[in-house]
Amino acid sequence: MAETVQTLPVARPMTRPWRVPRLVRLVLGFARRKPLGAIGGVIVLALLVMALFADRIAPHAYASSIAGARMKPPSVQFWMGTDNLSRDIWSRVVYGARISITVGFATVALATLMATVVGVSSAYLGGAYDIVVQRVVDAWISFPGLVVILSLMAALGPGLFNLVLALSILGAAGASRVIRGAALSVMANPYIEAARALGAGHLRIVILYVLPNVMATILILATIGLGQVILAEAALSFLGFGIPPPYPSWGAMLSGSGRSFMYYAPWMALFPCAAISLAVFGFQMLGDALRDVLDPRLRGATGSIPN
Amino acid sequence: MRNYVLRRLLVALPSLLIASLIVFTLPRLIPGDVVQLMLEEKAYGKDLDDLRAKLGLNRPIPVQYVEWLGSIARGNFGESLWTRQPVLSELARRLPITGTLGLMALVVAILIGIPIGVVAAVRQDGVLDFFARSIAVFGLSVPAFVLAILVTLMPAIWWGWTPRTQFVTLAASPGGYVLQFVLPAVILGIASAAGIMRLTRGMLLEVLHHDYVRTAWAKGLRERVVVLKHALKNAVIPVVTVLGLQVAAIAGGAVIIEWIFGIPGMGQFLVDAIVQRDYPVIQGINLVIVVIIVASNLAVDLVYAVLDPRIRY
Repeated sequence: MAETVQTLPVARPMTRPWRVPRLVRLVLGFARRKPLGAIGGVIVLALLVMALFADRIAPHAYASSIAGARMKPPSVQFWMGTDNLSRDIWSRVVYGARISITVGFATVALATLMATVVGVSSAYLGGAYDIVVQRVVDAWISFPGLVVILSLMAALGPGLFNLVLALSILGAAGASRVIRGAALSVMANPYIEAARALGAGHLRIVILYVLPNVMATILILATIGLGQVILAEAALSFLGFGIPPPYPSWGAMLSGSGRSFMYYAPWMALFPCAAISLAVFGFQMLGDALRDVLDPRLRGATGSIPN
Repeated sequence: MRNYVLRRLLVALPSLLIASLIVFTLPRLIPGDVVQLMLEEKAYGKDLDDLRAKLGLNRPIPVQYVEWLGSIARGNFGESLWTRQPVLSELARRLPITGTLGLMALVVAILIGIPIGVVAAVRQDGVLDFFARSIAVFGLSVPAFVLAILVTLMPAIWWGWTPRTQFVTLAASPGGYVLQFVLPAVILGIASAAGIMRLTRGMLLEVLHHDYVRTAWAKGLRERVVVLKHALKNAVIPVVTVLGLQVAAIAGGAVIIEWIFGIPGMGQFLVDAIVQRDYPVIQGINLVIVVIIVASNLAVDLVYAVLDPRIRY
């Protein structure tokens, strides 16, 4: 008996009108509601591209001296000019983006992890643990940021990893307070009680019920935190406690031996200054807009000031 | 009221104690051995152990902490490991300098922030509002040290003018003493002013929609009275809280501004001490800063209670 293989009738190609993909529509909607946030987003995107493809974008290596091009003003060939060691400033700014982004993302990842563990556990466990942890957080927050980081850097010594560690310990303290608040309000919901009644363990409740609901808060904190970390890194490098030269941190480009040459070659200062300000502006605006769209309750709770 | 003040003081004590513990522990995490460094460079003692004993660094850390706390309570901040100068006298010399800078910056922040915030709120969405908000965004994104560099750099290039870097003492010329802080204080205050302006504007906008403000309008009061007397009083309460936070921000910012303008205050002292790993100096500076910040938070809480009689602890 011959086996008959019955095939399904060929589906008639459906003529579905082409629609703008959902993600694109979301982004466009965001841009219309929050134009400043969208500008911030574009700046952040540009920074990410610069950081990722620094070796393709930069025409020269960040530390290579170009013969006969000392302190040249901006021109077609060196469109941000060159510095006192004959290095192309545009290339250094591009590689500087890589440092800022690396330090920024590493710090925010570490800080967010610490802040989430401290904040959620403090909210979930409560009691004496909560009180003790919150008093320590109080003490941390009451120090001025730069003084804490400087003291921590003195304790840890220079270097990329220590810089990230110092910055994230500082950032985590403030963020943990906000995350604790968000977790506390989530835990007041009946579904947490329902989960407990169903016999869910502590870990299950925290991971499946509490964490997803504080995620928006965590994301917003991280975005705004990125701008602040980039700023702090620039300030530290400026004071000479950041990443050691010749690696081109934007802050370091403004300090050290270059400072006395800036009077003769102002472009040496102008472009790193612009880069720092634009980066901080971009992350701040994007974070503010995300906060307004995702979680307006956070206004004023994230260290930035409500509009 | 007296009860409230006493309670608030009691709450401030534990946070001071924890902060002092942090202040004490931090420099001890320094990996390199400062004693070895000192012996090599200055040869203070016979050998490592002798020097350690001299400096009291050979005893267990908890014992060192209690002794340190005890001597602080008696007003003894120890002496610099390097210069052998008492830390307290050096702090006493430098604190007024940073204090002047910080106070002037705070005044600048308030004088710029609150009036512009009020005008921006009253003329919401007007040209001035738009202008003020743009400047606030600018003030929040351009860091103080970037601003300081631009301010010292651009006039030098355009008009060949540079800010004087020679520090004038109060005794030498009181006028010159205050004058030299104007530029650094304005730069330091601008970031805070931006924050205060945004908050004042936001809070005033909210308050202006309240019923009692409508009543005040309906009574036929003049705009100035409605806004400044009725609305601003309530709107300014959260601004006072932020002022307390700004003290910390300004103290941190002063470190970098002092460094740029060559002002011999606490910030410069701290940076030098950190480079030299001078424990007693780092501890002393941090402790003074913490005390100032805890005190200013306390002051904020008390001002709060005066501004809003409903607030009681």
